[in-house]
Amino acid sequence: MRGPRVTALATVLAALVAALGGCGGSSAGLVLYNGQHEQTTAAIVTAFERKTGIKVQVRSADEATLGDQLIQEGTASPADVFYTENTPVLEALARRALLRAAPPEALASVPSRYSSRQGLWVGVSGRIAAMVYNTSRLHASQVPDRLVELAAPRFKGMLGFAPTETDFQPLVTSLIHYEGVAAAERWLRGLQRNGTIYPDNETVTAQVNNGESALGPINHYYWFRLRASLGAGEMHSALRYFRPGDPGDLLDVSGAAVLRSAHHVQNAERFVRFLVSREGQEAIARSTSFEYPLRPGVPPSSQLTPLRELRPLGLTPAELGTGAQALALEQKLGLL
Amino acid sequence: MASERVAEAARRPPLRTRLPFASLSGTLIAVALVLIPLTFVAVEALSAGLSEVRHVLLRPVVGELLLHTVLLAAACTALCAVLGVGCAWLVARTNLPARRLWAVLLVLPLGIPDFVVAFGWVSLDHSLHGYLPTVLILTLSLYPLVYLPVVTALSSVDGSLEEAARSLGLGPWRTFRSVTLRQVRVAVLGGCLLVTLGLLAEYGAFEILQFRTFTVEIFTQYKLAYDGVAAAVLSLVLLVITIAVLAGELALTGGRPATRSGRGARRPAARVPLGRRTVPALAAVVIVCAAALGVPVSSVVYWTLRGGNTTLPGASLPEALGYTAAYSAAAAAIATVLAVAVATLALRHRGRVSLLLERVTYLPLALPGLVVALGFVAFSVRYTSSAFLSSPIELILAYAVLFLPLAVVAVRSSLAGAPARLEEVARSLGVSPARAWARVTLPAILPGVAAAFAFVFISAATELTATLVLRPTGVDTLATRFWEYTSGFAYGSAAPYALVMILISAVPAYVLSTRFGLRSTGRIR
Repeated sequence: MRGPRVTALATVLAALVAALGGCGGSSAGLVLYNGQHEQTTAAIVTAFERKTGIKVQVRSADEATLGDQLIQEGTASPADVFYTENTPVLEALARRALLRAAPPEALASVPSRYSSRQGLWVGVSGRIAAMVYNTSRLHASQVPDRLVELAAPRFKGMLGFAPTETDFQPLVTSLIHYEGVAAAERWLRGLQRNGTIYPDNETVTAQVNNGESALGPINHYYWFRLRASLGAGEMHSALRYFRPGDPGDLLDVSGAAVLRSAHHVQNAERFVRFLVSREGQEAIARSTSFEYPLRPGVPPSSQLTPLRELRPLGLTPAELGTGAQALALEQKLGLL
Repeated sequence: MASERVAEAARRPPLRTRLPFASLSGTLIAVALVLIPLTFVAVEALSAGLSEVRHVLLRPVVGELLLHTVLLAAACTALCAVLGVGCAWLVARTNLPARRLWAVLLVLPLGIPDFVVAFGWVSLDHSLHGYLPTVLILTLSLYPLVYLPVVTALSSVDGSLEEAARSLGLGPWRTFRSVTLRQVRVAVLGGCLLVTLGLLAEYGAFEILQFRTFTVEIFTQYKLAYDGVAAAVLSLVLLVITIAVLAGELALTGGRPATRSGRGARRPAARVPLGRRTVPALAAVVIVCAAALGVPVSSVVYWTLRGGNTTLPGASLPEALGYTAAYSAAAAAIATVLAVAVATLALRHRGRVSLLLERVTYLPLALPGLVVALGFVAFSVRYTSSAFLSSPIELILAYAVLFLPLAVVAVRSSLAGAPARLEEVARSLGVSPARAWARVTLPAILPGVAAAFAFVFISAATELTATLVLRPTGVDTLATRFWEYTSGFAYGSAAPYALVMILISAVPAYVLSTRFGLRSTGRIR
């Protein structure tokens, strides 16, 4: 009785598999591996497609997964462009010779301090390291504006942070750079004593906002995105930026690169140029990702403090490198 | 005495059969697929020098995390065994009210991915973290791994053995322990094996409850250091532990797989009237369902109703559903067929080689999904000239490999209780082997086969890590959409995807409970 039904089911399945198998061959003119937040990418891709008529196929995942995937795929990868949230993953690919030289015009569009020193990737947008604090647990005057103070004993039990988050290592690298490894180690131990570890900055922001933690280091845009999602009425937290010249006074850069494996090199270069063109940068500013466009003269979202007022001076992405030293230190302390 | 008869039947050597061509070739295909990620791990790890291996393994954090993982696996396995067997017994063997309903609901926690469970518990209580909450919450999401094979096996046990035991003066508890439990021992141990191995690769717990397990270290190497070699060395450690666990389970299952009396009609077992214990039993099942299902589902419903402003691009839910269903069903079909072959070879043609082959198929379960996925990527690039790269076939085969152990356990539990000798009798009467199998054995193991399909379907439908790597470019499944929305704070838009994920998991769970598995009264086979 069940025999024929099983056969029928198997036939349907086989048909489905065949149908799905057929969609493998793509007609896209560009394959984009996207590790950047989807909001940002969607806005740009739409604008790019409208302008050029080139169909973009987007593959989104967290940048680290895509980085490992690209390392395994090597030159056989179907990807043309890799667009990331942070630069260490691009540096890791550059060291494995998986990136092509970025288009010179693109490199010339943004201040050189935000791009690869070897010209292998271009800085596209940025966000600024900041502290989020709960406004009912802390008064603005109690919130520090120096990174080292987060390790102070008075914040015991109040801190929330996400050491496995890719945004965290730049802070450690910066501290190592300005104050030395020993100081950075003392600071991390202080954080361990003071704080709760969360899996990512989204959680840090949400937990500070709901009062579970009183403060934590994040990047500015997590707070703006939470506000966009919850509405201003549900925000019980505020941002505070680090004082100029402090090791915490950092601009983390999101970058893009043309891959060695690219099959559509021209389209890929066109896309990277578009990312830093006035149009592309305005699309970033208009999208609600709350990132700072890096091209001079393109203003960010009106909700943000203009970049020239904050003027983060800290390490450049090139100086941050792959963050290996920070990683080793975090591993030594069992934070990773 | 009853159990002596069982043992005697089991010791009797099976009729000499010809080389079991179908099950052998099926098993070899399964092993070949499983070797894809295993070879990847071995090759990557061996590419490291000895000093690199020492550097990776001799950090203090490695031992500490290993201890965490072992403590977590031990506690969760024990609790899952109690919860899984308890619920299965209530549903399959008592007159518990609304059994059909519980039968569906009790399977469903399997269809809720870790990250949705996180969602639920953390929004219920922000301060949940550490060992104990982790043990409890993981138990509530993993017990179906024990429950499902056991409920399937329990509903087809031979009632005559229990009756014999009772008539010989054994009390109900001793009968349960020495006869009933013994008959479903393969299912119980198989389920526990799945829980233990699954926990070795557990990563969600860290993301949810900040309880750091060994897999966290593997992810750190991949995600922050881009050091695939170190990650492979660490994965090798997981495989060594897995081999020890597999050997242990084999020793416990022992050399006596069959549990059937060779003589007399097979009789369905009678249901135990709960009487005054109905209320506490019902309360227990309600509490399990409320905690395992109610908490995550209600938070998902809350977010769905609450909506929220998403700044993310809209996406097609039906399309994501279609891909999810198609990929999961294909993977479930493949894994189930392979599992029938593997289990048949291991149980019916028991020998060192067949057991070794069966054990090998369990290994991928203890590897993190990312490792398995990258193994498939490396394989596609090196040996298929990238033809399979990001193709649906690659993803479906990876799902089949990842969840094959679940299917093997489900089929094996059913097969262990099926009458091997009847098939032999049919064949001695001149029926062809294929026909004898289809007419005699297949109907007997059908509940197990259905459970295997459901197991793999539900697990694949909620898989995220490997899916992110292997899905065709441009394709979204329910899990990847959910992930994209939640990582952009868009909980209101993410929630419907989680709801649909749970709903499609309910389909196989429902079919399973109504068509198979719950017929312990009435029908005589």
